[in-house]
Amino acid sequence: MSELAIEREIDRSKMQVSDEVAIQISGMNKWYGSFHVLRDINLTVNRGERIVIAGPSGSGKSTLIRCLNALEEHQQGQIIVDGTELTSDLKNIDKIRSEVGMCFQHFNLFPHLTILENCTLAPIWVRKVPKKEAEERAMHFLEKVKIPDQAHKYPGMLSGGQQQRVAIARSLCMMPRIMLFDEPTSALDPEMIKEVLDTMIELAEEGMTMLCVTHEMGFARQVANRVIFMADGQIVEQNEPEEFFNNPQSERTQQFLSQILGH
Amino acid sequence: MSEQNSVAFVATESIPPSPPPANQTGVVKWLRENLFSNWQSSLLTLVSLYLIYVILSTFLPWVLNGVWTTSSLTECREVLEGRFGACFSVLTERWNQLLFGFNYPSDQYWRPTLAFVFMLIAIAPVLFFDLPRKMLAFTVAYPFVAFWLIWGGTIMAPIVAFLGCAAAAFVFGAYGKNNFALGFIGAIVAAFAVWIIGTMLIPDGANEGAWLEHVPSRDLGGFMLNMMLGVTCVSLSIPLGIALALGRQSNMPLIKGMCVIFIEFVRGVPLITLLFVASVMLSYFFPPDANVDLFVRVVIMMTLFSAAYVAEVIRGGLAALPKGQYEAADSLGLDYPQAMRLIILPQALKISIPGIVNVAVGLFKDTTLVSVISLFDLVGMIRGPILGGSAEWNGVYWELWGFAALLFFVVCYGISQYSQWLERRLATDHH
Ligand SMILES: Nc1ncnc2c1ncn2[C@@H]1O[C@H](COP(=O)(O)OP(=O)(O)OP(=O)(O)O)[C@@H](O)[C@H]1O
Ligand SMILES: [Mg+2]
Repeated sequence: MSELAIEREIDRSKMQVSDEVAIQISGMNKWYGSFHVLRDINLTVNRGERIVIAGPSGSGKSTLIRCLNALEEHQQGQIIVDGTELTSDLKNIDKIRSEVGMCFQHFNLFPHLTILENCTLAPIWVRKVPKKEAEERAMHFLEKVKIPDQAHKYPGMLSGGQQQRVAIARSLCMMPRIMLFDEPTSALDPEMIKEVLDTMIELAEEGMTMLCVTHEMGFARQVANRVIFMADGQIVEQNEPEEFFNNPQSERTQQFLSQILGH
Repeated sequence: MSEQNSVAFVATESIPPSPPPANQTGVVKWLRENLFSNWQSSLLTLVSLYLIYVILSTFLPWVLNGVWTTSSLTECREVLEGRFGACFSVLTERWNQLLFGFNYPSDQYWRPTLAFVFMLIAIAPVLFFDLPRKMLAFTVAYPFVAFWLIWGGTIMAPIVAFLGCAAAAFVFGAYGKNNFALGFIGAIVAAFAVWIIGTMLIPDGANEGAWLEHVPSRDLGGFMLNMMLGVTCVSLSIPLGIALALGRQSNMPLIKGMCVIFIEFVRGVPLITLLFVASVMLSYFFPPDANVDLFVRVVIMMTLFSAAYVAEVIRGGLAALPKGQYEAADSLGLDYPQAMRLIILPQALKISIPGIVNVAVGLFKDTTLVSVISLFDLVGMIRGPILGGSAEWNGVYWELWGFAALLFFVVCYGISQYSQWLERRLATDHH
């Protein structure tokens, strides 16, 4: 909602977009019962691209992003993630899930495990990484999100911003090639939003492919190379951030932007 | 400070922390606050004190005057000479019968006693997970050791039983990872194959002249029988209950339907009916020459009964977990068994502890119902041979039933204390 200023210089040297396709969605439709939530979605995301998805509440942003790692099933069309097509085949689904990291609005850390165990669990059980190596890796990423000293605490003892950064570290420990974020900052206080956004910017600077549902327009302006606007289950408009914010084409987008930016 | 009253204020110094005001402690203050804060509470306090006095003034002399060494109620009355007192002699004289039943060979009492001591050791690493994990090896061996100690007979029987379980574990380990259902069914088939072949290999009369004298199931009795039923049924019904609860959540309509029907059926039927079924009818379901032991039949029925309740408790725990936990587990690429074992069940079981303990305590007390199908557990012993069958002790109700109540209370209170400790121990949400 706020246009949070991001003070520091952003290093764009590594933020290169390659020609390789990371995600390809074509003719995708999804229904909840008889309710048509996603309507004819076509989207190609290249490796290294950072995409921000915006839109009014209920427009299907979460549903779209959750279809990408099969947390929701789509009924029509094709989704190819990292060269693997998403079908009902459990093997494919597990493979894609281990390649795609996801961060949720409410963090969804495992409350019965310590921070370190949260981070090592999936590498140990899914990737079969030896425990010691998994712990080293977890510490590496916890340092990266700047909370190595909390490693032995439980999630319930951390602030919201810290929990979200742990959630990011937990995903990174699986060495994903794509990261999905579903409103990662909308459950946080302004002070904590910044620390989470900083972490996400750092990820972007390292060339991670990112799809991010967010209302942080400052983040979108500075980091995204494409903004996608959804309304009523449809992609209404997409453009580079400058164009998108300064020169929105559709009426729906203009209306949304004027509400969200408070002009 | 006066500046504080003006609108603009800036703190000029930081206020150092100071200790809280000294509490006026002391007995009198405590009494006044808790027992005599106003006239109503004073009245209640006095009435309660009077009631406690009345109860204790009858109960204490009864216990303190108690007679421990006579050999019949008549002798007790003679010793007491009209004084008011208990006749605890029945407990000392019938001690072994109360604990082991009246048919267990008296020179073999050390065997169930040893099995009991071993049980404490075997159960320790399960209950207190700080203990070294190596102790679990003993826990795995314990059922077979206890089986051999209590029933005696040929050592081949527990070995065959163990081999069957080992074969099941092996098959499940080999196939269960890829296909849970295949592994599960394969494990059951393997176990039964080993058991059937093994039983055929044991020669007839192997029990004669065995190392430990063979004791048939009908000779088991007393509190030992309650403990055996309680421990066996509780430890079997928890895994079965988990499986039923997960089955009830399953996407597969057939599995889900079977679990729902089973749970709802068992919950709708009184345990005593199931026990009668066990005692008379269950033999129809087994092959005619199988002649399945009454103890085994009772264990099956009680396990099924409490498993249905455990399943419902765990279902509540599963439902209480936020959907986000499933989604987080899925999005990390954990498969179903991993997500269940590592993420969902640890949390769901933690929520379910009070409910499971409730079921366990209830089941343990319900083991006394077997006295109705003429098994001589503690209650059966008291009702039958001791009160009904002997002229010496006819009429010592309070002492015997009080003793039975005390035994059950000690065990159940222990379980409940343990569960409270466990809940505190597992609390990670808020410190
Ligand atoms: N499990 C479900 N069953 C039925 N309808 C659903 C379900 N989940 C979401 N919906 C509906 O689908 C639509 C899109 O939901 P979605 O959560 O994708 O919206 P969103 O764009 O993420 O909104 P928000 O900004 O509020 O998160 C909404 O109208 C919602 O009511
Ligand atoms: Mg949403």
